[in-house]
Amino acid sequence: MRYCIIGNSAAAVGAIEGIRLLDRENPITVISDEPYHTYSRPLISYFLAGTKEEEGMIYRPKDFYRKNNVEVLLGKKAVSLDTVAGEVVLADGQKIAYDKLLLATGGKPFIPPVKGLSAINEGIFTFIKLDDAKELQQHAGAGKTAVIIGAGLIGLKAAEGLIKLGVDVTVVDLAPHVLSSILDEKAAQLVQRHLVGKGLKFHFGVTADAITENDGKKIVALADGTEITADMVIMAVGVVPNHGLAKDSDIEINRGIVTDNHMETSIKGIYAAGDVAENYDLLAGENRVIPILPNAYQQGNTAGINMTGNEVVYPGGFAKNAIGFFGLAMTTAGLVKDKDAEEYVNAADDSYVKLLVKDHKLVGFIRINAVDRSGILTGLMIDRVDVSGMLESLLSVEPGLIVLPADTRHSRLEGGAVTWR
Amino acid sequence: MKKIYAREEHCIGCRLCEIHCSAAHSKYPDDLVKAFKKAEVLPVPRVKVEEDIPLSFALQCRHCEEPHCLTACITGAMYRDEKTGAILNDPERCVGCWTCIVVCPYGAIFRDEGVGKVVAKCDLCLEQGEPACVANCPNAALVLKEKGGE
Repeated sequence: MRYCIIGNSAAAVGAIEGIRLLDRENPITVISDEPYHTYSRPLISYFLAGTKEEEGMIYRPKDFYRKNNVEVLLGKKAVSLDTVAGEVVLADGQKIAYDKLLLATGGKPFIPPVKGLSAINEGIFTFIKLDDAKELQQHAGAGKTAVIIGAGLIGLKAAEGLIKLGVDVTVVDLAPHVLSSILDEKAAQLVQRHLVGKGLKFHFGVTADAITENDGKKIVALADGTEITADMVIMAVGVVPNHGLAKDSDIEINRGIVTDNHMETSIKGIYAAGDVAENYDLLAGENRVIPILPNAYQQGNTAGINMTGNEVVYPGGFAKNAIGFFGLAMTTAGLVKDKDAEEYVNAADDSYVKLLVKDHKLVGFIRINAVDRSGILTGLMIDRVDVSGMLESLLSVEPGLIVLPADTRHSRLEGGAVTWR
Repeated sequence: MKKIYAREEHCIGCRLCEIHCSAAHSKYPDDLVKAFKKAEVLPVPRVKVEEDIPLSFALQCRHCEEPHCLTACITGAMYRDEKTGAILNDPERCVGCWTCIVVCPYGAIFRDEGVGKVVAKCDLCLEQGEPACVANCPNAALVLKEKGGE
């Protein structure tokens, strides 16, 4: 049995740890086009801001591959798959034979068609990988100016890092407010007020139509006629599955690589996990890509166990986020909007809590400046607990377990919450 | 593995467990008075008392077999101690992103911004021997035992 994993981030590490739970012997090969020991992608914003050194970004200790008997091919790009022969072909022509393969190739930046963009050679950045952060850091500094296209998680984390480096930052987004995938308008306004206070400038409800260059400066022309001049432009509109390898094979792809509840693709013996894969969203009730690290690890781990021949099911997941900007912390989970859900809100000057309830079950929440113990709500979502009698407590800034029905509470005290698996 | 279990019928909500937990994780683990009067920053308790009289109980990390926090940790700071099976957090690697807080169904992971922006969670007082909350509960409302054991 030869295991091969393409990718070296959370899903890949989850798979290695899953395989080695049950199979200490058979060889694992990891192929990564990045030259680095496994590192935490979300930490690139800390790296950019200078609060985390490169050495501090490793996702597992330095002896991780050795301890787990993994052969790791770093800085090697997989360029094609032969799913019949069972081989991965690398850019240098080398072929890696496998019996079980995991595609954990993550996401890549979505670059919208902006007129003039492709003609510009320097000063245009994305912000997903460590190399992106290194390049950006070299160009950033006090007195510089930046335009960020996209006010989502990636765009705003880049903005925070750049502001800390003294860069003057303007953020542009087609949506009417920041973080439109995880916040509603009221929550976003609270966050925006905070960010504007730290020096960020925003243009909402508008796209960037064209980018031109003049004497090294970029001129971003917005659809409403505004022109913004800056030293650098960061494209942070979104992330799409990096499924190029599968695309040229017979593996079924929808938006992401389609996987079943064992994380196996349409081809037997080939698995996919993480931001490249599509799987069941427990709350939306349909398959989709949920590009967040916890799900990537869990999917990878599930794939790894199944690759050993043992059987374990991934029950599906939903989005969960914890994020902060300049000290303003927030947690969110599940659905942001649902026309069939009832909404309950507890808003104050400096905090905001919203619950989405459908058929007496919690299906989503937003908690700004109210993050403490918010996992209790996530647990109720996983367990599908009837929350009708406890809404007041769940809306408070710090919820507790004491409002749970006695049997659920006792099960919590015993450590009996439904596990993620 | 042995974990700490709450017996809510014996808990009187006195919060001594919280006080002793803070002290046990301070610079003066053996001296309550020094811990509270001399420590520059007092660590937040890793055990939480909830109370709605007559009901009260104290809860800390369940050291899950399939921990949500460990799979969700973005830095790799959260890990399982190989010897004891306890789930521990490495404060050197934790960046205080609070992702573990949004996934822990027990609400048993806490922000501790006083000692540096990291999370605090029950470590079973592995370095001291008996957990301080168990040792100092006047009512045996917290017990260290195997699951289902006495």
